[in-house]
Amino acid sequence: MGFDRFGTVSFTTTSRVDHFVDLLDSGRVAGTRCKGCGESFFPPRADCCKCLSGEMAWFEITGTGKLISYSTLSYAPTGFEQDLPYTIALVEFGDNLRLFGRLSKEIRAEEITIGMNLRVAPVELPNGHVSYEFRRA
Amino acid sequence: MRKEVAIIGVGQSAFVRGYGGSIRELAFEGYREAMEDAGLTSKDIDASIICSAPEYDKQRTPAGVLAEYLGLNPKPTFYIESVCSSSSMGLRVAYSLIKSGLHDVVLVLGFQKMSEISSADSQERMGRGADIMWESPFGTMMPAYYAMHARAHFDTYGSTEEDLALIRVKAASYGSINEKAVYQKEVTLDQVVTSDVVSSPLKRFDCCANADGSSCIIVGKGEKAARMTQKPVWILGLGAASAPLNMAGRDSLTGLSVARDAAQQAYEMAGVGPGDIDVAEVHDCFTIAELMAYEDLGFAKPGGGPQLIREKQTYIGGKIPINVDGGLLSKGHPIGATGGSQLRTIVLQLRGEAGSMQVKGAKVGLVHNIGGVGIYGNVTILGRG
Repeated sequence: MGFDRFGTVSFTTTSRVDHFVDLLDSGRVAGTRCKGCGESFFPPRADCCKCLSGEMAWFEITGTGKLISYSTLSYAPTGFEQDLPYTIALVEFGDNLRLFGRLSKEIRAEEITIGMNLRVAPVELPNGHVSYEFRRA
Repeated sequence: MRKEVAIIGVGQSAFVRGYGGSIRELAFEGYREAMEDAGLTSKDIDASIICSAPEYDKQRTPAGVLAEYLGLNPKPTFYIESVCSSSSMGLRVAYSLIKSGLHDVVLVLGFQKMSEISSADSQERMGRGADIMWESPFGTMMPAYYAMHARAHFDTYGSTEEDLALIRVKAASYGSINEKAVYQKEVTLDQVVTSDVVSSPLKRFDCCANADGSSCIIVGKGEKAARMTQKPVWILGLGAASAPLNMAGRDSLTGLSVARDAAQQAYEMAGVGPGDIDVAEVHDCFTIAELMAYEDLGFAKPGGGPQLIREKQTYIGGKIPINVDGGLLSKGHPIGATGGSQLRTIVLQLRGEAGSMQVKGAKVGLVHNIGGVGIYGNVTILGRG
């Protein structure tokens, strides 16, 4: 399986970090860490722009993050209409580690506040794809 | 004052919905006005730079067909793209071609026929201006990103939806007196705050108007430029910067680092500061983008933007008049043409030819033009001779 199973609609068929999707299947959300210089990356990447190494190790995103900002869409691009309304969000998980994604629908609109504690969890989508979402910590 | 490279001619088409012609004819409208303004013929142009966002065009490599239609063969022509800031980036390249001594007169032509493709196709292409690998699979759209900036600004500084609405009311009041604007109606605060939510907290009236249009800027070298025109407007400062496309790569959402970085370079090169600017054009693709620009450009301290608009300091007669041609919000935003149109507005202001939109006695002007959601930033400072 390649990267074409990531998210409601994927625009990328394959990548050298396709293993990200396999890890989602096994219940983990992971970034990459450079074996050369130790720099951590999310989104995961195959190449280190700090030291040029192509050797990466996977590490799981765990613990509690804080909501930096969010927006709830009333209109969606083609292919996402059935998901409306949904909320996109940016969550900080510590030093220079931020994840972009969606808030879980289990969180009601009136509960959302900037700075709230969230965790990230993999999700299976109705179309057989996989993704991740932010849930209450 | 730095008198090395001058803008010697400016033009733009009317910005309209659904232009009834091809891209070559649309480009010719801005071209004709700029050439007549400069009093030049095609043999005077040493090179042309064509700017647009190519994914809207069915024509592959538009520079080829446009240079032919404008009568600019056999002089060199090529294409520059940085989405919404393409024609400001084109000006930067024109400046360097002239400063290097390669050419004396360079033409920068920006265009976009957004109606070339269907509205659904257009939305889909705009979404792909985000990170298609790591963001688009969540169903993102341009308004949603700027909405996240708005929410962060509200939370950090206590700004409000009504502050944003005041910016749209201003844009519409000037759009109503700009005959080139796609949206020429005034709007009330109530109309803005009660319009449909697109992506909370942004509503329909917080978003700019898509349009078809072209713009054309003719740039010339020092003494030669001064001989060619009675009214050169000099390029005093140029700044350009980039930032991660993915939101996860951004340190802060309350402003755009590309704007701050580009502004610092441009102010330094021009030897001026925010207080020296008499009139400015900022990239108000959304109301929040204008609010952030007030602060990123130093017209207000971080968090001080709302006060500027509440006190009407960005209207004509205020401390720093901004987007007094209607801005992207009302004049319209034909992507590749936008930077050139902003530059044209400032050139007309500095020449004293802006008609009912004129800021009296304007001597130094600034253009802030952003590509994508703060991926690319260009700031240009102009002065009259």
